[in-house]
Amino acid sequence: MKQGAVFMDRVLPWLTCGLMLIALAFVFLYVPNERIQGPAQRIFYFHLPAAWNTFLGFFIVAGASAAFLWQGDRFSDLLAQAAAEVGMVFCTMVIITGSIWARPIWGVWWTWDPRLTMVVILWMIYAAYILLRVLAGDNELIARYAAVLGIVGVLDIPLLYIAVKLWRGIHPKVERMAPEMIWTLLVCSAAFLCLFAWLIWLRLRSLILRDEVAALRRQVVAVS
Amino acid sequence: MWALLWKDVLLEIRTKERVSSLFVLALLIVLIFVVALGPEQVQGPEIGAAVLWITLVFSGMLGLQRAFLIEQERGCFSGLLLCPIEPGTLFLAKLVGNILFLMLVESVAAPVTLVLLKLPWSWSLLALPLVLFLGIVGFSALGTLFAALTVRTRAREILLPVMLLPLLIPLLIAAVHVTSAMLAGMVWTGVWLRVLLAFDVIFVVTGWLIFPQVVQE
Repeated sequence: MKQGAVFMDRVLPWLTCGLMLIALAFVFLYVPNERIQGPAQRIFYFHLPAAWNTFLGFFIVAGASAAFLWQGDRFSDLLAQAAAEVGMVFCTMVIITGSIWARPIWGVWWTWDPRLTMVVILWMIYAAYILLRVLAGDNELIARYAAVLGIVGVLDIPLLYIAVKLWRGIHPKVERMAPEMIWTLLVCSAAFLCLFAWLIWLRLRSLILRDEVAALRRQVVAVS
Repeated sequence: MWALLWKDVLLEIRTKERVSSLFVLALLIVLIFVVALGPEQVQGPEIGAAVLWITLVFSGMLGLQRAFLIEQERGCFSGLLLCPIEPGTLFLAKLVGNILFLMLVESVAAPVTLVLLKLPWSWSLLALPLVLFLGIVGFSALGTLFAALTVRTRAREILLPVMLLPLLIPLLIAAVHVTSAMLAGMVWTGVWLRVLLAFDVIFVVTGWLIFPQVVQE
């Protein structure tokens, strides 16, 4: 645990920065233009890793929620909360980068494609989760309610996927990528994964600190 | 479980407030659609299915919290939890109650809606109760779970729809498709009915398993 914290504090920020710089260099200097879409396609290297992290966020929330309901430890609860908040940031990023890409390629900022619909619904589930935390206050009961929402939310994903898929579809499928493109995608994914982990860690630490401050304040009140 | 269910049903028979208020609300929502869009626009099977399900979801949502609110207000909920029964059974009782009440409301509201929207009769409409039932089961499964969960929080009026609606979207897509096909006179069921059924099974079981965690003191 202690060593993990040192790694998260000392190594991860630099790793993230370094990888992000390399990723930028790959995206703008190394990878060739896509044949049909031109330079607009380069945003894909940020879009797809962000989308992966959105899903990853959901699974972390659900996993941590299940652990919390099972064991009732504060750490899992805080981890679920941190993952939900960071997951929502990435989900927003997916929507924004997607819109920027769709404008020149599809000619519109938004369209009701299944994956777009799905992402926007995931965004709403994240929003509901965070709203529950914010509006209902912070206590043991609400933590358990949020955990229930986290688990039900992840169970909803497969159904949602099937439903929107049957509904309609124009999203581009990646068919064959040049090796340069695959390398760029890998580097970008690694960079985004590090960023994701680092942000969750920062948020988690601030939540733990908030708990400690609250405990200290209670002590002070009790003494005085 | 049957005793618990009977208690809710008896309460409803004596007061009749939930079913009657939901029924009036359902009609009002249909009316608002017609007024807002104009009677010429609100026609055809697609719009009909959409109006039917929007009405059901929004009127049903207000009914959900009533199931727990009465007990919450008078502090009877703790008493129920003290009974020597599984909390999961309590969930099932509340769920069946909600399904019953919504089916009762829809058994009148749905035909009236069809008449108001001037939808033509076809034999495939005989299957409509089945679709309504499947949709109501899924809606009530998630709805009962989240109503129990939000009823003890601050800002419960806003939290319930915010949490419930995004999760209901797969159900709604499937239900609206089946219904509009049915209204158009096709007995076309296929994959959408399976989505509905999967939704029902997954969330009734999940609700039953996870409900004890919600009501634990």
